[in-house]
Amino acid sequence: MYMFGLNVKKIIFMVIAAILLIFLAIWATAQGVVSLSLRDVFNIILSKIFPFVKFEIPRLPQIIVWNLRLPRVLLAIIAGAGLALAGTVMQAIMRNPLVSPFTIGTSSAAGFGASVAIVLGVGIAGTGKYLIIGNAFFFAMLSVLLVYGIARIRGVSAETLILAGIVVMYFFSALTSLLQYLATKEQLKGVVHWLFGNLALARWENLSIIFMMFLLSFLLTMKYAWDFNALAAGDEVAISLGVNIRQVRLISLVLATLITATIVCFTGIIGFVCLVAPHITRMLVGNDHRFLLPGSCLVGAILLLVADTIGRTIIQPVEIPIGIITSFIGVPMFLYLLLTKKKKYWQ
Amino acid sequence: MMKIQLKNIQFSYDHGSNALEDVSLEVKKRELVSIVGPNGSGKSTLLKCINRILKPRRGSILVNGKEVWKFQLKELARILGYVPQVSNHFLSSCVFDTVLLGRRPYINWRLNKRDEDVVLNLLKLMNLEGLMLRQFNELSGGEQQKVIIARALAQEPQILLIDEPTSNLDLKHQIEILTLILSAIKEKGLSAIMAIHDLSLAARFSDRIVLLKEGRIYTEGEPNKVLTKKNLKEVYGVEVDINYDSGIPHIIPLFSVEAS
Repeated sequence: MYMFGLNVKKIIFMVIAAILLIFLAIWATAQGVVSLSLRDVFNIILSKIFPFVKFEIPRLPQIIVWNLRLPRVLLAIIAGAGLALAGTVMQAIMRNPLVSPFTIGTSSAAGFGASVAIVLGVGIAGTGKYLIIGNAFFFAMLSVLLVYGIARIRGVSAETLILAGIVVMYFFSALTSLLQYLATKEQLKGVVHWLFGNLALARWENLSIIFMMFLLSFLLTMKYAWDFNALAAGDEVAISLGVNIRQVRLISLVLATLITATIVCFTGIIGFVCLVAPHITRMLVGNDHRFLLPGSCLVGAILLLVADTIGRTIIQPVEIPIGIITSFIGVPMFLYLLLTKKKKYWQ
Repeated sequence: MMKIQLKNIQFSYDHGSNALEDVSLEVKKRELVSIVGPNGSGKSTLLKCINRILKPRRGSILVNGKEVWKFQLKELARILGYVPQVSNHFLSSCVFDTVLLGRRPYINWRLNKRDEDVVLNLLKLMNLEGLMLRQFNELSGGEQQKVIIARALAQEPQILLIDEPTSNLDLKHQIEILTLILSAIKEKGLSAIMAIHDLSLAARFSDRIVLLKEGRIYTEGEPNKVLTKKNLKEVYGVEVDINYDSGIPHIIPLFSVEAS
């Protein structure tokens, strides 16, 4: 078929990216203070998934792989994929290449929620060790209500959503700054540490929650792939192609916020990947959201996995926050593609 | 049979006076009706009301006898094809994919052979085959205009709504585009409403012309009857000379006067 020929490159790209991701995951699991061979890692994972497969492996590496490193590697993959998905969706519905959960206040609201829990020790949702997580999630979801509510005053459009988002972002940033100003030295350290973002909270039980949320938002936003393509041609064209733009905007905005909130409340603020992964993918597979959405997830996952692995191993046992490394890897990658690709992919 | 019937349409934007006032209009099958009038007289607004982009305050718009607001969005998109004024797309895609978007009203998620065939046939028909893999945003104005007409035709509509198809085009492209539109209307039995600034082109290609002034229909009918010195002076405030040598009125603007 002709169409298949047109898209075959995109499919090949995704297959390669998926294979690379699996390889990187095994490689990343082998890295750390206790260095393991790739074969050991592979065997341990295999024997855990299929209990009937038996290898002669000492207990310690098994615990390191299964209880410590693998959850963290998987968290990096799902978080990277989820944040990239959120960024791609938000850029599509707001028709702006600079939009991400960062620019429209989701992350800063989560940061405020976490700060309240750390500094004031109180929270709206969650208790005990879940106080920070619950609070961050609650405020992140509150931010989308605020953004949509403010945008509705003048009619929901790409422009009003962006402006409302920026207002909400600055509002929560200011509140967080105020809390930081009032905090004790210890509390301040906790807040800053949270705001840098890290994947140390990787546990199997958290992972399953995040994975379910990711799967839900991915499948539902994939359903809208054609509608996102239509929105890129303008609201009026989208309407005349039969797209219910109001419904698409509202539902995708909520889904993008939901996946962001779910990830960020466990990891702290990890920026950039949600902005840059969609653009890297656009330059490689183009703007058709049927390919762009899954492609972005793969690129985001690879980016965050590599960043986290470098961050925790480069001067071990000290960890460099993942947000910093993500930018150090993403910026040159993005610049390279920007300067070498000729085609114009966005206005 | 009437494809579109507008009855007493009234529309106003949030603030300010009425952009459309008591507009009634009927368009038959195989008929191209041009809407002309000064800037701000309501040409584009009228198209957007028909297309459900804007909602009139009063009046009814019937498509095949059914009120447009009672259609499912996808159902309406299979009947009405919209050709907006050319502008770059936020996210550019290749020409093939841009035209393919016109199949959106027919596809759930997966494409089938028919979607592909429709698009390929249109690309061939419009001599766009060579540009198939080029990015939409990199094309010239004339090529972009062709692509968005192809996108609207890919909807396999019964009615075309066309907004200023010639505004950025050179002489050759103007004729090419309008000939294309006209042949699509006559061959496929479509109806079309086209907003257009160029009066001579409107006269050359339209079955009927509707002259709008400040949101109201000033007059309508065959090009010869509508495009007269008197009407144009009253509506545009321009003294014109009209040349009938070719049998079609050709308007030559002379100087500006106060519109009445």
